[in-house]
Amino acid sequence: MKFLASFYGSSIGKKWVVALTGLMLVGYVVGHLVGNLQIFAGPEQINQYAAMLHSMPKALWVIRAVLIAGLFLHVFTTLKLAAENKAAKARQNERRASTAPKPAKKTMVLSGLVLLSFIVYHLLHFTVRSTDPRFHSLPRGEHDVHTMVILGFQNPLVSGFYLLSVFLLCMHLSHGLQSVLQTLGINSKSLRDTLNKGGQTVSWILFAGYASIPVAVLLNKLTVVAP
Amino acid sequence: MSVLDSKIPSGPLDKKWEKFKFESKLINPANKRKYEVIVVGSGLAGASAAATLGELGFKVKCFCYQDSPRRAHSIAAQGGINAAKNYQNDGDSVHRLFYDTIKGGDFRSREANVYRLAQVSTNIIDQCVAQGVPFAREYGGLLANRSFGGAQVSRTFYARGQTGQQLLLGAYSALNRQIAAGSVQMFPRTEMLDLVLVDGHAKGIIVRNMVTGAVSSHAADCVVLATGGYGNVFYLSTNAKGCNVTATYRAHRKGAYFANPCFTQIHPTCIPVSGDYQSKLTLMSESLRNDGRVWAPKTKGDKRPPQQIPESERDYFLERKYPSFGNLAPRDISSRSAKEACDDGRGVGESGLGVYLDFADSIKRLGEKTIRERYGNLFEMYEQITGEDAYKTPMRIFPAVHYTMGGLWVDYELQSNIPGLFVLGEANFSDHGANRLGASALMQGLADGYFVIPYTIGNYLAPQLGKRPSTDHPEFKKAEADTLAQIQRLLAIKGRRTVDSFHRELGLLMWDLCGMARSEKSLGRALSRIPSLREEFWQNVNVLGANEEINQALEKAGRVADFLEFGELMCLDALERRESCGGHFREEFQTPDGEALRDDQNFAHVAAWEYAGAGNRPVRHAEALNYENVHLSTRSYK
Amino acid sequence: MKHLNLKVKVWRQKNASAEGGLVEYEARNIPEDASFLEMLDILNEQLQEKGEPAIAFDHDCREGICGMCSLSINGIPHGPSATTTCQLYMRHFKDGETIFIEPFRARAFPVLRDLMVDRSAFDRIQQAGGYITARTGSAQDANAILIPKPAADKAMEAAACIGCGACVAACPNGSAMLFVGAKATHLNTLPQGQPERNQRTLAMVRKMDAEGFGNCSNHYECEAVCPANIPLTVISQLNRDFVKAAVSESVQ
Repeated sequence: MKFLASFYGSSIGKKWVVALTGLMLVGYVVGHLVGNLQIFAGPEQINQYAAMLHSMPKALWVIRAVLIAGLFLHVFTTLKLAAENKAAKARQNERRASTAPKPAKKTMVLSGLVLLSFIVYHLLHFTVRSTDPRFHSLPRGEHDVHTMVILGFQNPLVSGFYLLSVFLLCMHLSHGLQSVLQTLGINSKSLRDTLNKGGQTVSWILFAGYASIPVAVLLNKLTVVAP
Repeated sequence: MSVLDSKIPSGPLDKKWEKFKFESKLINPANKRKYEVIVVGSGLAGASAAATLGELGFKVKCFCYQDSPRRAHSIAAQGGINAAKNYQNDGDSVHRLFYDTIKGGDFRSREANVYRLAQVSTNIIDQCVAQGVPFAREYGGLLANRSFGGAQVSRTFYARGQTGQQLLLGAYSALNRQIAAGSVQMFPRTEMLDLVLVDGHAKGIIVRNMVTGAVSSHAADCVVLATGGYGNVFYLSTNAKGCNVTATYRAHRKGAYFANPCFTQIHPTCIPVSGDYQSKLTLMSESLRNDGRVWAPKTKGDKRPPQQIPESERDYFLERKYPSFGNLAPRDISSRSAKEACDDGRGVGESGLGVYLDFADSIKRLGEKTIRERYGNLFEMYEQITGEDAYKTPMRIFPAVHYTMGGLWVDYELQSNIPGLFVLGEANFSDHGANRLGASALMQGLADGYFVIPYTIGNYLAPQLGKRPSTDHPEFKKAEADTLAQIQRLLAIKGRRTVDSFHRELGLLMWDLCGMARSEKSLGRALSRIPSLREEFWQNVNVLGANEEINQALEKAGRVADFLEFGELMCLDALERRESCGGHFREEFQTPDGEALRDDQNFAHVAAWEYAGAGNRPVRHAEALNYENVHLSTRSYK
Repeated sequence: MKHLNLKVKVWRQKNASAEGGLVEYEARNIPEDASFLEMLDILNEQLQEKGEPAIAFDHDCREGICGMCSLSINGIPHGPSATTTCQLYMRHFKDGETIFIEPFRARAFPVLRDLMVDRSAFDRIQQAGGYITARTGSAQDANAILIPKPAADKAMEAAACIGCGACVAACPNGSAMLFVGAKATHLNTLPQGQPERNQRTLAMVRKMDAEGFGNCSNHYECEAVCPANIPLTVISQLNRDFVKAAVSESVQ
C-alpha cells in the first residue's frame, strides 16, 4: 500500500498509471473493433457474438468493471497531471512558439475529454439503449445488434458524431501509442522511428475499421435485413 | 634572497613527495571537524579540493561567482588531460612527463613541483574513471589516448571535445556528494572581494552576494584560492567573461607575492577576431593540429581564395621550421610563427590577422567521415561562428590569450607567503614555467585539488586548532568597511564612460604592448599609459544602479579596477625579465633565426612581486630555480 | 560585413518579487557576425550611455559549454538554431525584424532580474544523487574496468548535458525529465554507477518532483531545443530505471 501511494505520488508513477491504463483501453478498442466488424458477415454472425458475450454475465461485468476503473484512473490521473503541469509552468512566454508542433500532442487532454463524452453517449445509445425507443423492440429480440447498429447509424447526426469521435480517438492514439511505450521505457534510438510509425499506422487502421461501419450504413451498403 | 622558502623536501627527486607525505603532520579525525576551510572557486582545482577536504572531515565553505559550481571555466577545456599511464606502451613514464613539462615550460618551473605533478597524474585518471567520467574508449573497452602538442608520446585522455566539462562534472559530482552530506556548504553567485588577515595569517574573506548585494565576512582556519587565471586583462581572451584577477590581486594587495605575471600563454588555434564588438575569442582545440596543416601564402598580400593558391605557393611554416614536431610544435612557438607570417604581410582573411588550418589532406587520406567523427563538434562550432564550412575550405586561425602561467607565489605545499593562504590551479604559478603544454592545465587543477592540498594543508592546520577568529574581529570589520567604501566610490563617480569601454581599451593596450611580443619600448609605453587610463577610470566611469540589487556593471567595475592595477604589474614584470622564454618573447632577446633567447645566467628564477602600497613600485623578489635532474638545454622542436 | 537594425522587446523585471513586462528598444547597427549576446552587449552600452541600467542576463563562457546563458528568443529557448544563445549569431535574423527576448520560464526557475533566472533546483537534484561514491584516492587502476565502447559512447552522449535548463523552458509543463534523464543515464549506464543505481534514480526523481517541475507528457519540445543534442531516449531510460528501482525498493 505504502509502495502504491509513493509510486502514485511520483511524477513517473502517475505517468505509468496513465500508460498502463491507456494500453488496456487500446486493447479494448482493438477487441471491440474485432467484434464490430462482424457486422459485415451478416446478422447471424454478429448477433451470435453478442449473445455469446451476454451468456456469461459474470465475466462480462468483471471486464466492464475493470474497463471502467481503468478509464476512470486514466482520466483522473491525466487531469491531475495536467493540473500539476499547469502549476509548474506558472507563467507563459509573452511570445509563444513551438519547435515540435504536432496537433495530436497538444490536444491529448481535449481529445480525451471529447472522447469521454462520446463514450457516455455511446453506452447510453447502444448498451443502455435509453436514447432510441426503437431499440427496445428489435425484430430478432434483445441480441439483434445488427439491426440496432444499422438503425442507429442511419441517423446522419449519430454517424457524424461517431465519425468525429473515432477520428479523435485515433488522433489520440497516434500520439498516445508511442507515448505509452516511451513512458513504459520501451524506446531506443534504433527502435524510435519504427515505434513512432507503427503507432500511427495502428491508429489509422483502427480508424478505418471503426469508420467503415457508419460509412457503409450511410452509403446503403449495410442495410437492415428482415428476419 | 630569500624571503622565499620553497620548502622543497630534501632527497632524490622521485622520493621527495613520499618523504613529504610521511613527514607531514596529521590531524586526528575527531579534530578535523573543528577546522573550517574556505575554498574560493569551484573549477577543477576548487571543486576537487572542496570535495576532498570535505570528505576528509573538514568543514568547508566553497564560493563561486557563477550560478552553479558546474559552470566554472575549467568546463571549456576541450582537448584532454595528460597522464603518465603509458597505456600505449610508447615509451612514456613519469620521468618523461616531468621532463616534457619542464622543457615545455622553457625551464622556468620548479623541478620538485613538476615531478610531483607527473607522479600523481596517474591517480587522477583512476579517480576520474571511478567517478564515472566517460573518457573515450577503444572497442576492447580500454581507455583511448591521443597525442598533443609538445609531446611525442600518446598520453592524453579525452572525452569527445569536452574533456574539461566531463572532468569538472566529475569533480562537481564529488562536491555535490559532500554538499548533500553537509560537509561542504556552497555559496554560488557570491564573489570574493577581499582577503582578511589576522595576525599575519589568512583567516577569512569578504564576499558580496551578487543577488542581494549584501557584503559579509566569513572566517576560517585557512583560505584556499582556486580562482583561475587573469587572461581577461587582455579583454579579449578565451576565458569566460566573468574570469577575473580580483581574488588573487586583492590577496596580493594584502601581502601575497605575485609570481611571474608576465607569463601568459597565447594559444595558436583560435578563431580570428572579426570586429570591435567582439566580446571573447573562441578556441579551436589544439587536437585539430593532429590532422590539420598550418599554412600561409608565400607571397605577401595574396588575397586569392585558399583553393586557388597552388601547393607550390603555400608555406607550411611549422612543418618547414620544425620538421620533427611539425604541426604539433608547442603553443608558444606555433603562435609566434603565425604572428611572424602575419607581420610579414602574409596573413589571411579580411583583417590579415589569420593563417590557414587545412584539413584537405587528411580528408583525402582518411575520408570526411573519419574527420567528422574526430572533430565534428569543432567544425560545427566553427561554422556557427564564421558561417564557413571547414570541410570545404580551410579554417582561419589566429593566436589568442588562453592561459596564464603566472599566479600567486606558492611553496611546495601550495601555500603562499601568507601563512594560511593556499593557492591552487591556474591561480598559482607553480608548474608550467613560461609555457604550458596542452592538456596539462586540467592535470594540474585536479592534482592540486585531489592529491596535493589534502596532504599539505595539515602542516599548517595542525598547530592552528582553536585559533579561528570570529567575524567580529576588527580586521573583518575593517575589511568589510573598505569593501563597501570601494563599492560606494564606484557608484558615486557617475562619469560618462561604461566599464566595458575601459576594459576594452586596457585589453587592446595590453595586447599591442605586452602581448605575443614585447620590447622595452612597448612596455615603457604601456607603463606610462596604464596609470592615466586608471586615473580616468576612477574619474569618469559610469556605474548605474545600486549595490543592493543584481548589478552586473558594478561587478565588472570592481574587476576592471583590479585589472587596471594588475596590468601595470604584468608589464613591469615583462620589462624586468630581460630574456625571452616560453610565452614571454622580448624582441631584444632572440636568436638570428627568430627563436626565443633565454638567459639562464640571470633569469633562471621566479620573480615574485610584493605589493608596496598604492602608487609605490612593487618589490621584486627572486626564487632561484635549481635544476638537479634536467639539463638546461635550448628548447628545440626542430 | 552587413549590419542590422532591429526592434527588441525585452523582459525587464527589477527583482524576484517585482512585476515584469516587455520593454521595446531599438538595437541599431548590429553586425551580422556578432553573437546574440554581443548584440545585447551593444544594446547595453547604448542604454547605459543614456543613463538606463543595463539589461541583466546570465552568460559566462560564451562558447556554448558552461550552460549559463539562457533567454527565450521569439518564444524558443536559445533561439532558432539549436545551439546555446551565446553561439547564436545575428546572421540568423533579418534587418528590421522584431525580436522577443524573455527569461526561461518555469515555476522551478524563478526570475531574479530581467532575463536572469535561478536554476539552483538543478544543483539540488544532483546533490540528491547525481554522483558515484568514489572516495578520493581509493580508485583502482583506470583500465581495470573495461567499458565496452557502446556503453561508453551512450554514457558520453548523456553526459554532454550542459545543465542550461532550455529543456525545462521549452516544455509546456516545465518538466525537467530530459535533464534528469541525461544525468541519470550517464551514471546508470556505466559499470561504476551500478551499486548506487536504484538509490540514485529514486532520489533524483523525488527531488525533481519536490522542486516543482512538471511531468513529462512526451511532447519532445525539450529534445528539439537541447543545445547538447540529448536524445529523448534518456527519458524512457529514466522511466524504466525509476520503476525498477521503486519496485526493488518496495520488496527489500
